[in-house]
Amino acid sequence: MIHPIPSGTRDVLPEEAQELRRITDSLRGVLTDHRYGEIYTPALEYESVLARGDIAEVRPAYRLFDESGAVLVLRTDMTIPIARVVATRYAGAEAPLRFCYFAHCYRGVRPQRGQQRELLQAGIELIGAPAPEGTVEALTVLCRALDATGLQRYRVGLGDASLYPELMSGMGVPQESQPGLLDALARRNFVELDLLLSGAGLEQEAVEILLGVPQRRGGPEVLGDVPAPAEAALAGLRMVHERLEPDVAERVIFDLGLVRNIGYYTGAVFEVYDPTLGAPIGGGGRYDDLLGRFGRSLPAVGFALGLDRLHIALAGEERGERPRREAEPAAEDAAEEARAAEVQGTA
Amino acid sequence: MSLGKELTIAVPRGILFKETVTLLGRLGLDTVELASNDRKLLFEDIGVITMRPSDVPTYVEAGAADLGITGRDVLLEQSQLDGQLGREVYELLDLGYGRATMVLATARGDGGEDVDPALLTLRRLGVVRVATKYPRIAAHHMEETGRQAEIVEVKGSTELAPLAGLAEAIVDLTATGTTLRENNLVVREEIAVCTARLIANPVSHKLKAKAIDEVMERLRKDS
Repeated sequence: MIHPIPSGTRDVLPEEAQELRRITDSLRGVLTDHRYGEIYTPALEYESVLARGDIAEVRPAYRLFDESGAVLVLRTDMTIPIARVVATRYAGAEAPLRFCYFAHCYRGVRPQRGQQRELLQAGIELIGAPAPEGTVEALTVLCRALDATGLQRYRVGLGDASLYPELMSGMGVPQESQPGLLDALARRNFVELDLLLSGAGLEQEAVEILLGVPQRRGGPEVLGDVPAPAEAALAGLRMVHERLEPDVAERVIFDLGLVRNIGYYTGAVFEVYDPTLGAPIGGGGRYDDLLGRFGRSLPAVGFALGLDRLHIALAGEERGERPRREAEPAAEDAAEEARAAEVQGTA
Repeated sequence: MSLGKELTIAVPRGILFKETVTLLGRLGLDTVELASNDRKLLFEDIGVITMRPSDVPTYVEAGAADLGITGRDVLLEQSQLDGQLGREVYELLDLGYGRATMVLATARGDGGEDVDPALLTLRRLGVVRVATKYPRIAAHHMEETGRQAEIVEVKGSTELAPLAGLAEAIVDLTATGTTLRENNLVVREEIAVCTARLIANPVSHKLKAKAIDEVMERLRKDS
């Protein structure tokens, strides 16, 4: 007999559940140690409430009506529900506030490996802690939490959501062209970005900067000598970098084109990558305006990890399985070439 | 350069293959075997895997390949259209070759006057049938231009459909228009110009930034 379950959902049986439990236990230990209080919120929220936080862009998967005809949505993330909780249940509480969660969220995605419509997320929200200190704390907790799960080779891509808008305004891109450019960049369609820039009536030099800067990624050196007016965002990233502990800093890849496709991000944004997986394991960023939309204006930062993806990455690292090639450190490469040259020379 | 050691590249068999091999040669890869052996799929020494063009985004999105080369027609068909979700791949560069146009074509009208049979059908029956290998592009184009259409997906030669009475129109890619003319079809509308594109996996784009930037640098210099 066949009794189907909805597309993008799945059952978790004891063996897998046990492995997931090990991961969540490790994460919970670290988050609790850093004084993040675990929180539960309803899976169902009123659509009118979630709509305060740009839910359209993450595509809610399921909407339904309650008995009075109000539209309910299965939450797409935990950030917006926690913003609601802070504004209502902690209206007078002293900041900063620290919350963590382990919760299922629901998104209208195309189901595939590590990407289900019902996804289990683990994350934190740090509310009332401005940049750069708040960002530094979030990045530090993120790395400590990943370390605790035993993940070895992860990296954290770090950018700033305000960088490209600042760059566009500074380079004199007309207001009406900006949303289209930002959309092309969010999809990282550099061919389209090039076309749009060339058609925006800008100087050739400006086109090259607007196309080149968001493709810069790598160590802290990419923050230097940026030939363009994006100083506020870059200074913010530098301040974060200076304050990171060395073991966290060495995980960071600066990415000047990083734009997460959720509208509420305002400053630093980040994503977690592992070489065993073709998609990010998680991400986060600053959302300094979101709380204000719920009536308690506080700067905030948070991250969420997809537990399925984290599990796949851990299993991949464990098996050493990787049909993909690893990026070899350049130094090693050079040494190898030198050796080869030597061998040839003596032969 | 150690490109072949660090990166896996998804290469399309078919019409883009020859020029892609030339391009890989310019990047410093040894392409002798790739050019001569058309049964082999995996060329490990140079980090190349070969496949049909429409599979390239699938491999790149999943991270089974770091980079890929495929036509814009493929990317458009698999992109975010009409509320459907697109592939999560980065489009890095227009490689310029493999230039062809996505067109809407219908049969030349009977008799002396060339009356578009699709227009006739639309006027009298309200819905036109469009045969295509690109159902999403075709549906989007018809919607965008305010016409009701029934999209008929075919896998082989689209030109047959209007001749055999399966559909009034086709949406297909054409480079020279010769096949269309030989089958008594007339291009009525141009939908998009398509060339070969370089795409990348989002995670590889960060973790292998140096190798990928080196590829881009070389390709830009050459073009």
